[in-house]
Amino acid sequence: MTQTTPEAPARRQRAQVKVRTLRTDRWWLVPLVTFLGLSSFLVYGVWAIIDTSNFVEPYIAPFASPCLSTSEVCDGARLFGWAPIGDWYALPPGLLILGLPGGFRLTCYYYRKSYYRSFWLSPAACAVQEPHGKYTGETRFPLIIQNIHRYFFYFAVVIGAILTYDAVLALVHKPLGLGSWILLVNAVLILGYTFGCHSCRHITAGRLNHFSRHPLRYRAWTFVSKLNAKHQPLAWASMFSVMGADLYVRLVAKGIIAFPYA
Amino acid sequence: MSYKAKFKVWRGEGGEGRLEDFTVEVNEGEVVLDIIHRLQATQAPDLAVRWNCKAGKCGSCSMEINGKPRLGCMTRMSTFEEDETITVTPMRTFPVIKDLVTDVSYNYQKAREVPSFTPPADVRPGEFRMKQVDVERSQEFRKCIECFMCNNICHVIRDHEENKPAFSGPRFLMRIAELDMHPYDVADRQETAQEEHGLGYCNITKCCTEVCPEHIKITDNALIPMKERVVDRKYDPLVWLGNKIFKRTS
Repeated sequence: MTQTTPEAPARRQRAQVKVRTLRTDRWWLVPLVTFLGLSSFLVYGVWAIIDTSNFVEPYIAPFASPCLSTSEVCDGARLFGWAPIGDWYALPPGLLILGLPGGFRLTCYYYRKSYYRSFWLSPAACAVQEPHGKYTGETRFPLIIQNIHRYFFYFAVVIGAILTYDAVLALVHKPLGLGSWILLVNAVLILGYTFGCHSCRHITAGRLNHFSRHPLRYRAWTFVSKLNAKHQPLAWASMFSVMGADLYVRLVAKGIIAFPYA
Repeated sequence: MSYKAKFKVWRGEGGEGRLEDFTVEVNEGEVVLDIIHRLQATQAPDLAVRWNCKAGKCGSCSMEINGKPRLGCMTRMSTFEEDETITVTPMRTFPVIKDLVTDVSYNYQKAREVPSFTPPADVRPGEFRMKQVDVERSQEFRKCIECFMCNNICHVIRDHEENKPAFSGPRFLMRIAELDMHPYDVADRQETAQEEHGLGYCNITKCCTEVCPEHIKITDNALIPMKERVVDRKYDPLVWLGNKIFKRTS
């Protein structure tokens, strides 16, 4: 029997190009704007946790909703009048709440792309060499925790329902103020972002191989897929809407915004 | 209307080389590959370039134009300013054979590592019955022309050569997703996607989707759904419990 040994291929190397990128467009603009946008959200979030002016009849600031303890001054915005943690909790409500929607956004597939690019420069833009010597992605701790995203999605659905409840509560209040509409727009955008999530898409029917056997789930998947195609704009719109609505309520509560029907 | 364009073209063999300057005629309606061919015909007869269909369907003429992976035959000269210097280099992720021609055998090696379509043992050819709704999701992935620009742009191997053994790149992770979503495929794709083909390396920065000349939504429709399937399999205790209790199948 004849055995052949393949000839060792000539050692070849990549083209030696000694610049980080040959791109000539303004590739740095998108990561820069993303960095500024996400940073502003983080800074605002920290301020909103510290700030205590989070309620004025009938509005509750989204970053402080739901009103869970009796020690908070938000009697008119309790979920069905319910205060599940009583009066022992006296720290800012945002500390208790923001971890869930924050975790949802932190582990969101779109936000991962945006902060990996803009904060970690991995890569800053396509075909722009990243500055790190080693890369293991989401294969090990801590980034393997990103796989928890679907659990944050479940909580985000609850938060979305609560924000909708807050908006409805404000909308049925007389007289009707501008803040009610702001809270409603925010709730719609938050729900659009939440239900357009990739994990939601997977849960509805993405995990199936036989769509034809599950027509209702397939229809739900089709709807979620349409929202999912707008996930990036909805992520930004809902981020700014929740900041805007929160700031609006706080400014009304502080008396800085004081026009009629505010 | 024609004009003289300034080009910088990478020339060399086995990685050693440099950008060479050329001034070359451009006519209305031409694409970058036309200009490369004119360079071959008039100034650099030994300039190596791989090409075939000139219609964006064979995936042969993948190159980097002004730093971005593009098909030479689908990049119109009218998208550039007349006074712009256009830089053309080979795909950066793969070793150079000569000039603009790269050795893409990494991709064929990875292709061989993906087990082929595996139907159930009791279904014979001719007995497959599938509804359109069940196959159209994976039909999107069949549009792939294997230009390998997605693998070229992916920073996991573009910037980290050492990851090549562990990572198959978007092209073949998409192939795995296509098979995993197939109603009649019974092979275990999820475990191998994560453990053998390096799905966990993907940090979904979507460059593969950005460069795909067939506009396949590689990240949203293949890689992320595959990641979610891997979560079902490996990281979600509730799904694992549900599958055990209810004996669920997809």
